[in-house]
Amino acid sequence: MRHVISCLVINKPGVLARIAGLFSGRGFNIDSLAVGETEAKELSRMTIVVHGDDAILEQIRKQLSKLIDVIKVSDFTDVDFVERDLLLVKVHAPPAKRPEIMQLAEVFRGKVVDVGPRHLTVELSGPEHKIEAFLEVIRPYGIKEVARTGRIAMARGAQPTESTRRKN
Amino acid sequence: MSSKGSEVIIDSLRKQGVEHVFGYPGGSVIPLFDSLYDVKDLKLFLVRHEQAAAHAADGYARATGRVGVCVATSGPGATNLVTGIATAHMDSIPLVAITGQVKVPLIGNDAFQEADITGITRPITKHNYLIKDVADLPRIIKEAFHIASTGRPGPVVVDIPVDITLAEFKGEIDLPIDLPGYNPSVKGNVKQLKRVAKALAEAERPLIYAGGGVILAGASDQVRELAKKCDVPVTTTLMGLGVYPETDEKLSLGMLGMHGTAYANYAVMNADLIIAVGARFDDRVTGRVDAFAPYAKIVHLDVDPTAISKNIEVDIPVVGDAKHILDGLLELVKQKKHPEWIEQIAKWRRDHPLSYADGGLKPQFVVEKIYEVTGGDAIICTEVGQNQMWAAQFYKYTKPRTFISSGGLGTMGYGFPAAIGAQVGCPDRTVVDIAGDGSIQMNIQELCTAVQHELPVKIAILNNGFLGMVRQWQELFWDRRYAHTTLDCQPDFVKLAEAYGAVGMRAEDPDEVEPTLREAIGNGRPTLIDVRVEPEENVFPMVPAGGKIDEMIGPKEPELL
Repeated sequence: MRHVISCLVINKPGVLARIAGLFSGRGFNIDSLAVGETEAKELSRMTIVVHGDDAILEQIRKQLSKLIDVIKVSDFTDVDFVERDLLLVKVHAPPAKRPEIMQLAEVFRGKVVDVGPRHLTVELSGPEHKIEAFLEVIRPYGIKEVARTGRIAMARGAQPTESTRRKN
Repeated sequence: MSSKGSEVIIDSLRKQGVEHVFGYPGGSVIPLFDSLYDVKDLKLFLVRHEQAAAHAADGYARATGRVGVCVATSGPGATNLVTGIATAHMDSIPLVAITGQVKVPLIGNDAFQEADITGITRPITKHNYLIKDVADLPRIIKEAFHIASTGRPGPVVVDIPVDITLAEFKGEIDLPIDLPGYNPSVKGNVKQLKRVAKALAEAERPLIYAGGGVILAGASDQVRELAKKCDVPVTTTLMGLGVYPETDEKLSLGMLGMHGTAYANYAVMNADLIIAVGARFDDRVTGRVDAFAPYAKIVHLDVDPTAISKNIEVDIPVVGDAKHILDGLLELVKQKKHPEWIEQIAKWRRDHPLSYADGGLKPQFVVEKIYEVTGGDAIICTEVGQNQMWAAQFYKYTKPRTFISSGGLGTMGYGFPAAIGAQVGCPDRTVVDIAGDGSIQMNIQELCTAVQHELPVKIAILNNGFLGMVRQWQELFWDRRYAHTTLDCQPDFVKLAEAYGAVGMRAEDPDEVEPTLREAIGNGRPTLIDVRVEPEENVFPMVPAGGKIDEMIGPKEPELL
């Protein structure tokens, strides 16, 4: 089962390495990892998508909480939340096909950010299933290159993410 | 008032109450050693290999309960500490390792004697720091000691570039620490405690399974009180030896697990309630996890939430400091007796005692003699393997902090430097390292350290000419194919000891053992005793790896009353 975990961590060198090392050292499966600044400049938020059953998730949450640089661990299972990935995809686009591809991008509310004689680069953000759907729809045209970020996520509602259930 | 970085380090150590440090110099730490040169209240013990500095600081910490401190230079000095740091990490020992580092502008440049020690030790430390600004120095050292010694203790590395130790420092040394992400639990949850008390009141075959965490928390008295008040037998892990006096023939079951006593293992497999305190259900204890303690409700008292339900599903967890939790529990439990359970255990103890056959100089006999001659009052350090297991089985431990052994990592070469550290911390005690001929050679150079600093450590080598424990596995499971376990070439240990300026003695006959031990222990000098024991003796009982712990090689079938 896939779980999304959000960690509030201290913003200093080595923290990412420590968390990545924790996962690899204990054989936990990371599907994706995104980290960036928060509203407080000394803190970063790390969003990790992991794979595993409830027992594994429990160990992951507890091992993360144990790290000195991790302030709080929140688990989005059973919580209403917004999640987004960002996609950049370079599609093979000869002039004849260009309008079709641009229409498809518009349907998905993506933006064309680069164009050349034989290619188009589309930028698209959204939940995972929307990204996957777009990739499937343009695959027949020929995908030249894909770059994707990890997932970022935030709880719905007025309360900050860290006050959602399942904290350390 | 301003001072140099190196002086700030020493002041900070002083503020932490550090009196003894183990280390070895090098380029990146010359400023630090220079500042230490005139200091009278902080003594550095010079080792002969940095690995020994880490093990000595570790043995010092285990013997005294204080934080052990070691110092090494950058590059190879720091990497030589790695095994010692990993040893301390596995056994949760409070250690602060200060390593030199190349100048800040050179970091990451493959400079001379540079090593990314914070990267290398990340998985084997509780936390680590690289100091980039001298202003951070006192706060970080204070934090390092706090992290090392609180919650579940562990080693902390502080990597200090040489230019930081030379930099001018202005300001306060005593700054508050800033660790928003670190808040270990101390008090146990009262509701959970009530559940534990209720389970204990209802149990008919309860058992206390005590580990190293009890000693780290200083909670041995509480365990004893609980055992006596509620008539509960106590078994300990290797790390927990000494928590409960093994001279109590009624309630003490000795060690459990792979080489534990048969009666401890039978008790676990037949108990209806197991109260685990400061122990982690390690694979050496549980054997086959799905067959472990089939009839028992499991209560787990531990300071580290990650230890709970990691290997074995726990029914009633309580997170917090063992001493606090047990104090709270003692107020809730009532006096109780379990005559039938105690009688059953007594029968198992009578039918399946620890034993060994007569015939020649047996290593188990040597350990028994060490117990007799020291009056059971020594601090016993061990190396790893058969020597370690026999030391655990045949010496009766009655006090905490008297058995010092690398349990989790199983580091050969740990015992002798750890004994040196223990002797420094406890100068009035007799300290004995029980060793094998393989292990003792891994840090034999520390004979220099013992002689130079006049530390009268005794080493008893159970010399069988083999890498004993591996040979035993090869005998039992690999058709007696002794692949590379015959240690054919061996120094004359007596001459070797004398070459280092220590005392060398030998015993080749059972009758020689006691007088040799008595002479060694009374001579006030570092002494190595080469005891020529029966070469192919095995450690029994033995639970084969991954087996059920009541199916041991060695004793006969148990009988239930």
